[in-house]
Amino acid sequence: MSTPQNTGPRDAPYGTGAHRAAGEALRGTGVTVREADPDDAVAGVMPSWVALPESTEEVAALMRVSASHDLAVVPAGGGTRLHWGAPPDRCDLLVDTCCLNAIPEHASGDLVVRAQAGVTMDALAEALAAEGQELALDVPVPGSTVGGTLATAAAGPRRLRYGTARDLLIGITVVLADGTIARSGGKVVKNVAGYDLGKLFTGSYGTLGIITEAVFRLHPVSPARRWITADLPADPGAVAAALAASQAEPSAVELDWLAPSPRFTVSALVEGAAVEDRAHAVRAVLGGDGGGKAPGWWGAPPGEVLLELRVPPSGVDGALSAVAARGLPARVRGALASAVLQIAPAVDIGGPEFAAFVSGLRGDVAPFGGRLTVLAAPPELARLADRWGPVGALPLMRRVKERFDPGRRMSPGRLAGGI
Amino acid sequence: MTETLDELARRLEEALPPGAVITDPVRLRTYECDGLTHHRAVPGVVVLPESAEQIAAVVRLCGEYGVPFVARGAGTGLSGGALPRTDGVLVVTSKMRRILAVDLANRRAVVEPGVTNLAITEAVREHGYYYAPDPSSQQVCTIGGNVAENSGGAHCLKYGFTVNHVLALEIVTPDGEIVTLDADDPGYDLLGAFVGSEGTLGITTKVTVRLSRAPQAVTTLLAAFKDIEQGGQAVSAIIGGGVVPAAIEMMDALAIEAAEAAVACAYPRGAGAVLIVELDGPAAEVAHQFAEVERVCLDSGAFELRTAAGPEERAAIWKGRKSAFAAVGRISPAYIVQDGVVPRTALPEVLASIDRLSAEHGIRVANVFHAGDGNLHPLVLFDDAEPGAGERAELVSGRILDLCIEHGGSITGEHGVGVDKSRYMPKMFTDDDLDTMQLVRCAFDSRGLSNPGKIFPTPRLCGEVPGVRKGVHPLVESGRAEQF
Ligand SMILES: Cc1cc2nc3c(=O)[nH]c(=O)nc-3n(C[C@H](O)[C@H](O)[C@H](O)COP(=O)(O)OP(=O)(O)OC[C@H]3O[C@@H](n4cnc5c(N)ncnc54)[C@H](O)[C@@H]3O)c2cc1C
Repeated sequence: MSTPQNTGPRDAPYGTGAHRAAGEALRGTGVTVREADPDDAVAGVMPSWVALPESTEEVAALMRVSASHDLAVVPAGGGTRLHWGAPPDRCDLLVDTCCLNAIPEHASGDLVVRAQAGVTMDALAEALAAEGQELALDVPVPGSTVGGTLATAAAGPRRLRYGTARDLLIGITVVLADGTIARSGGKVVKNVAGYDLGKLFTGSYGTLGIITEAVFRLHPVSPARRWITADLPADPGAVAAALAASQAEPSAVELDWLAPSPRFTVSALVEGAAVEDRAHAVRAVLGGDGGGKAPGWWGAPPGEVLLELRVPPSGVDGALSAVAARGLPARVRGALASAVLQIAPAVDIGGPEFAAFVSGLRGDVAPFGGRLTVLAAPPELARLADRWGPVGALPLMRRVKERFDPGRRMSPGRLAGGI
Repeated sequence: MTETLDELARRLEEALPPGAVITDPVRLRTYECDGLTHHRAVPGVVVLPESAEQIAAVVRLCGEYGVPFVARGAGTGLSGGALPRTDGVLVVTSKMRRILAVDLANRRAVVEPGVTNLAITEAVREHGYYYAPDPSSQQVCTIGGNVAENSGGAHCLKYGFTVNHVLALEIVTPDGEIVTLDADDPGYDLLGAFVGSEGTLGITTKVTVRLSRAPQAVTTLLAAFKDIEQGGQAVSAIIGGGVVPAAIEMMDALAIEAAEAAVACAYPRGAGAVLIVELDGPAAEVAHQFAEVERVCLDSGAFELRTAAGPEERAAIWKGRKSAFAAVGRISPAYIVQDGVVPRTALPEVLASIDRLSAEHGIRVANVFHAGDGNLHPLVLFDDAEPGAGERAELVSGRILDLCIEHGGSITGEHGVGVDKSRYMPKMFTDDDLDTMQLVRCAFDSRGLSNPGKIFPTPRLCGEVPGVRKGVHPLVESGRAEQF
């Protein structure tokens, strides 16, 4: 699958009558639809068409046509994480959410915002900053969107204090494979009426439907921030645990490490009132300088090919030793105190070597309660690797998928177990 | 008891330890309602299992006989979620009360579902940790019930709800399988979807909770205002100013009167509203925020401020608030506890409307609420001896929910939908919204045996999954996909 290939509509080769009819029907919705070009490929799979809807209703119209023509649909935001997850088994229509870019409501007094899925996180941050507020999800890749952030369950350093996307999302609007528009949650933070579809769609990689709108709870922008950064020769996990247990209440404790070198760079962020006192308390544990600025690598992904390591905090140092013992150069970065780290193996790694690294490390970290998934890797590299590892709830996830998308047309194959 | 239930009870007796199956009508009656006492149904059979395996066996047997089952923790729920089925089995977790592991290094504990909320905190308090969600019922309510209701508490303004503090669940699915839902699972956040599903997606058999570090400093402040508008203004100004207190609670004059009558809390005389603000965190931060809150309260017209110097004084400030629900019993023969949410900025308007409703129908309403997040708990007071009063109270109570919906809020902030509010769900959600939610139900429980009749006004018949291919999928055949 190294060159873009066209894979559908099912039983309808490119250029046939069925294909033409599907294209006409898509255009018949009145939504802007264009022929796809190689730049539109999703993890190597090229769609036939790209649609640019401007509203939830337009997305629903596209989905109804897709249902009646058996088109496989992949939603796309800024494209910053479109290569995450496995390649889709097929993709006829790419629904580009770029034009769903409105922020219909920012109730600043209620610390709540409602944004369409295609709004970029930067644009959202800018709009909120005007009122001294922020969505406390650090998504440092420029151009990533609200929808893509939710679909990939992305979160950054401050997950330690504020949690991840699922903790900050309070309402969602989605369009299902058959065009049904559904909402859950609302625009109040405290709300237990009905099932929380927002949770279900967080981390769904486009396989359940298309997220068109989201409501988030916000936080006031902190009046002051201080970073404290230090190099440690060993056991960064133990230091992070001490910081997390300390009364300094850091908002984030991050690691940057080029394995297998014995130099671990750890940086902690304190924010809120009385930052100087708290920075002092952090320095008492971590040492390091009082420069106060974020290190250049703060929150940035460590590379293009990405693995994610999750481990109970007490297993971090053991897991890092296991990474070092593999002997392969790799950059490791991420939320040290939350024990969610990204690992980027050297770019020149080959397929068999990569597969051995993934399965070997997965085995190494298992005794620490750790798990390893492949977040992003080109198909040719990941072909031999098991991207997801064991997922206990997989049978239930399959059943959810079957109910939401019985025709298996929404981003098919992108998730664990071929979901 | 019907023949089916008779036979099922016999099979349950074989599967469970001696004494774990209750069929004696007198004993069954003790389980006929939860905290919402006007809905009652004597369960067909009650079982008291001791392990996940036993619960799985119960659920499988229920499946075999097509009999519905309902889980029950402590029965403190306020929406009738644990209302039994006369034609079903009530699965009570009261024998599953072990704390299985406390892992301070990883700031987590693993507990059985029947463990009370407070017992978790008590197990770790000496080490400087606690379990953050703190429903007022925490001495009795169970963690299994908390998970089912996604319970909150006074301190959820800053710390979030049950869903933000559960790291993994072991559940018995309605098919009788034991499955672990883990926050670290890739893919759909099934853990998040299960929390708050009110027992309709299966039975929780083990809970891994996050433990939080006890804050370095806690400061509690009581502010008395002339009226509720001033109090509301103070709440908005505090939060608008960037302070997120651990809790902000408000009580109106009638609620204060009730609390005085019940527990003599000695709140400032003449207060039309009191506000309790609790700040916690690093000492330096708390000191800074306290000054800010004090200033804001005075600016908003507070005529008296009291600050708790220590745990006893803190308890004294909280005493009136914590007793409020029960206290209204002192000033009214009967009452309805309502639970609704409005955007915080709509509080003044909604409270004024509640006043109007109250006057119009001659029904007194005492307001106690989690002001920081707009979660109202109006206590609708009536005399059940007076003909028609109950109906009028119901009407006022229902109209309050309408107000919440009109203002973009919710029909429940923490007590759940249960049987009590299922009829309001179509006011808050469209048919498509509800049908979509029920797809989740169908995925977990295609036969609708797990706590049927709760949450959804009209249950969906799930049927076969439409369009799912029975044979080998063409993509699997061609080697392009794994079987899903
Ligand atoms: C005085 C008082 C104060 C309260 N204060 C608060 C408050 O501040 N905040 C708040 O959120 N709530 C509050 N509540 C409501 C109630 O205490 C909570 O909803 C609590 O979580 C219910 O726990 P329980 O063990 O009593 O559950 P039950 O009432 O027994 O059951 C509640 C629901 O959970 C389900 N359930 C129970 N155990 C399981 C299980 N193991 N697996 C699957 N489903 C299960 C039941 O089927 C039912 O649907 C209060 C109630 C009272 C009486």
